[in-house]
Amino acid sequence: MSVDAGSKAVSIRGVSKTFRTGTTALVDIDLEVEPGEFVSLIGPSGCGKSTVLRIVGDLVQPSAGSVLVNGKPAHRARLDHDYGIVFQDAVLYDWRTVAKNVSLPLEMLGWSRARRKARVEEMLELVELRGFESSRPWQLSGGMQQRVSIARALSFDPSLLLMDEPFGALDEMTRERLNLELLQIWEKAGSTVIFVTHSIPEAVFLSTRVVVMSSRPGRIADVIPVDLPRPRGVATREDTRFFELVTAVREALAAGRVEAPPRSLATGEVY
Amino acid sequence: MSTIVEPVPSGLTRELGGRLRDWVPALVVFVLAIALWQGLTTAFHVQTFLLPKPSDIARSFWENKSALWSAGVYTLKEAAGGFVLGSGLGILAALLLARFRVVGAALMPFAIAANAIPIIAFAPITNNWFGLLNPFSKMAIAAVLCFFPTMVNTLRGLTSVHPSSIELMRSYAAGETAVFRHVRIPNSLPFMFTGLKISAVLSMIGAIVGEYFGGPTNALGVSILNDTQLFDFPRAWAGIVLASAFGLAFYGLVVLAEHFTTSWHPSARSFSGE
Ligand SMILES: Nc1ncnc2c1ncn2[C@@H]1O[C@H](COP(=O)(O)OP(=O)(O)O)[C@@H](O)[C@H]1O
Ligand SMILES: [Mg+2]
Repeated sequence: MSVDAGSKAVSIRGVSKTFRTGTTALVDIDLEVEPGEFVSLIGPSGCGKSTVLRIVGDLVQPSAGSVLVNGKPAHRARLDHDYGIVFQDAVLYDWRTVAKNVSLPLEMLGWSRARRKARVEEMLELVELRGFESSRPWQLSGGMQQRVSIARALSFDPSLLLMDEPFGALDEMTRERLNLELLQIWEKAGSTVIFVTHSIPEAVFLSTRVVVMSSRPGRIADVIPVDLPRPRGVATREDTRFFELVTAVREALAAGRVEAPPRSLATGEVY
Repeated sequence: MSTIVEPVPSGLTRELGGRLRDWVPALVVFVLAIALWQGLTTAFHVQTFLLPKPSDIARSFWENKSALWSAGVYTLKEAAGGFVLGSGLGILAALLLARFRVVGAALMPFAIAANAIPIIAFAPITNNWFGLLNPFSKMAIAAVLCFFPTMVNTLRGLTSVHPSSIELMRSYAAGETAVFRHVRIPNSLPFMFTGLKISAVLSMIGAIVGEYFGGPTNALGVSILNDTQLFDFPRAWAGIVLASAFGLAFYGLVVLAEHFTTSWHPSARSFSGE
């Protein structure tokens, strides 16, 4: 392990994952994420994006390789509450009100009632959901639910945010609005984000780097740095550079896809 | 198995919580049915031992009200005791089986097999074990009847949790106890109440049938049996009506508890006027 691994927010080295079912989800993944970076993972469905995220979060164990988060083994980082996670479906508990859902991680951290209350108010302010404190999750729209989920993930100030297609189930307009909100929150919080998506424009719009994955088995096909100026906004999406980068990502995705079938035909292996 | 596992959410909370106006059609049907019963038994001179007139049943109930009522309360107490015991153990067993999956895997086949046993057939045996006059002999039958539906439904609720709900808790470094407290147990409540509602009905059946095999004279099952043997059919029917009313009231009590405990459930959304 090199000396500078400790200064990275996330350091993934030689990670492979074969599930007990025999599915090889990932082969030899290497990825270093700097503190404060916004890295998107993009790739065809089933290429192992969620698996990468869950390995970083110590929710799934890699079959080979190592993962450091803030210089610590992923397991230690999870116990230290180093990251917050957001899933595609908001995963809110129906038996808790919106406010209680946001305060769940704070309860787990043993915060006092008064401190929790103050923080929950602050977080709901941030995601523009004041007034919905005592609503039930199912009374909210999909976009609002996802904002609750983001507020919950940010509530305890984790240095790392893991987001697994958080806006995948939302309509295009809601998605673009939440993209903007997320960028503002990220710029304010200064945290590191690993963001899984299958939307090319979304990946380009948000990220400092886009990691393009190919499937069967999941590998990193390309890493595309995004040099669009910040702060990004509505105008960013009309920038010619934006379109160039979207095209670059699309081509990298296509290249990853073309490469796979001949390989499996040549080796005669069935993945 | 499938008969005692019902999908949540049951619409019953909603029905019972509905406005009085929603009850009018059911009330009309009820009154019409009683009137029809009265009319037909009178018109065709149906003999009392076949089917007494509602008016005869009502009169007999009124004349024997204190004896019937105290017998009903006695039997209801047996049923309630069995319900608390059986369902309590059922919930406890479900928690253990959900917590220690190996134990669950080892015991579940037996639980399923035991569930197929017609438990009511044991009534004469428990009467022997605990004594005819001991209320515990009826409670035991009621308890065994309540155990399985509560256990199976609660277990299903404890284990049918979305994987990401658990992963979320893991991401907070939560241990098993916290996962149970914050996710599995709340998630199981609607399922558990499905089991408890079935059990409330079964416990009354268990107590009455247990009493048919013998018990103190101030028990409802014994009273009904004696009345039929003395050809006092209106009184026997009055006893049956009371047993039904108590069973229904018990069921309603569980539904009420369900309403207050799981008002957060999406099936309760009609209450908030959505
Ligand atoms: N728990 C699991 N057990 C077995 N196979 C799994 C499991 N989780 C994911 N997989 C498989 O691993 C591959 C990658 O899955 P995933 O990481 O969810 O992909 P993505 O998020 O990119 O769509 C898929 O083929 C999927 O079927
Ligand atoms: Mg996924």
